[in-house]
Amino acid sequence: MNKILIRIKKSELEMISMDHIEMQRDDIGAKLGMWIFIFTEILLFGGLFLVYAVMRHRYSADFHQASLQLNSFIGALNTVVLLISSMTVAMSISAVQKKDKRMATILLCITLLCAVIFLVDKYFEWGHKISILLYPGTELMQSLKHGYILFFSLYFFMTGLHMLHLIIGAIVLLVALVKVRMGLINEDHYVLLENGGLYWHLVDLIWIFLFPLLYLVT
Amino acid sequence: MDPEVKHLTEYSIYGKVLIGLLVLTTFTILVPWVNLTAYTALIALLLASTKAGIVMTYFMHLKVEYSLLKILVIVVLLIYATVILLTFSDYIFR
Repeated sequence: MNKILIRIKKSELEMISMDHIEMQRDDIGAKLGMWIFIFTEILLFGGLFLVYAVMRHRYSADFHQASLQLNSFIGALNTVVLLISSMTVAMSISAVQKKDKRMATILLCITLLCAVIFLVDKYFEWGHKISILLYPGTELMQSLKHGYILFFSLYFFMTGLHMLHLIIGAIVLLVALVKVRMGLINEDHYVLLENGGLYWHLVDLIWIFLFPLLYLVT
Repeated sequence: MDPEVKHLTEYSIYGKVLIGLLVLTTFTILVPWVNLTAYTALIALLLASTKAGIVMTYFMHLKVEYSLLKILVIVVLLIYATVILLTFSDYIFR
C-alpha cells in the first residue's frame, strides 16, 4: 500500500487549468460531416422511394385500394406535428445564439413533445393494423393480391425505418437539451444542437415525401 | 460567404416559413380530392419537393450557409434525381 503524494504549487495548478488548454474544435467540419451523412440517408430512403415508384407504376390499382386502409387524418396530423417540431428546433438554435437558455429549453421540450405525439400516433396506426393481422408474414397478408402485399410491405418498412430515425433524432435532441441546461451548449458552442437540428429536419423531409406517397394515392 | 460568420435568424422568419409549409400541406391534402387525373401524383411530388426545398433553405439554414455547401446539396440531389430517372425509365420500358 504505497501512497504517492504529489504536491502541486497553486501557481502550477492555475497554469494547467482548463482555461489555458486549447480544446480542438472544428465546427465547420462537424457540420459538413453531418451534411455528408444526410446525403447518405437521402440515398438510403431514395432507394426505397424508387422501389415504391416502380411497384406503384406496376400495380397502381392495387396500391390505390390498399392505401385506403391507411388513416389519412393521422398521417396529416403527423405531418403538421413534424413541421411544427422542425420550426421549434430551428428556433432553439436562435435562442441559444441569443443566450436565452430558458427559451431554448422550452423550444427543445416542444420539439421532443412533438416526437412523442408522432410516436403515439404511429402506435395507434400500427397497433390497429397488427390487431387485424394486416402485417407482413401473416396468413391474411399472404392471401392478398400481390400488389397489396407489396404496398403493405413498403408501408411497414418505410414508416418503420423512418420511425427508427425519428427515435434516434429525438435521443440526440434530448442529449442536446441536457447539454443546454448544463451550459455545455451555449452561444459559443452550439454545433451539436445545429447538427441534431439538421438530423431532425431530415426526419421531417422524409415524412414530407412519405405522407403523400403512402396516404394520398389516387 | 465566409463559413466562419455566425448567422442569427429571427423567430418570426421561422414562423412565416411554418405558415407557408402548412399552406402547402393543405394543398397536398386537397389535391387528390380536386383532381382525379393522372397528374395527381406529379402534383403531389412537386408540392412535396417545394416543401422540402423550403425546409432545406430556411430550417436547415442553407440560405445563410457558404456556397460550397449549397453546391454540394444541389449536386447530390441531381445525382439522386438521375438515379431515379434512369432506373425508373429503364423499368417502365421493359
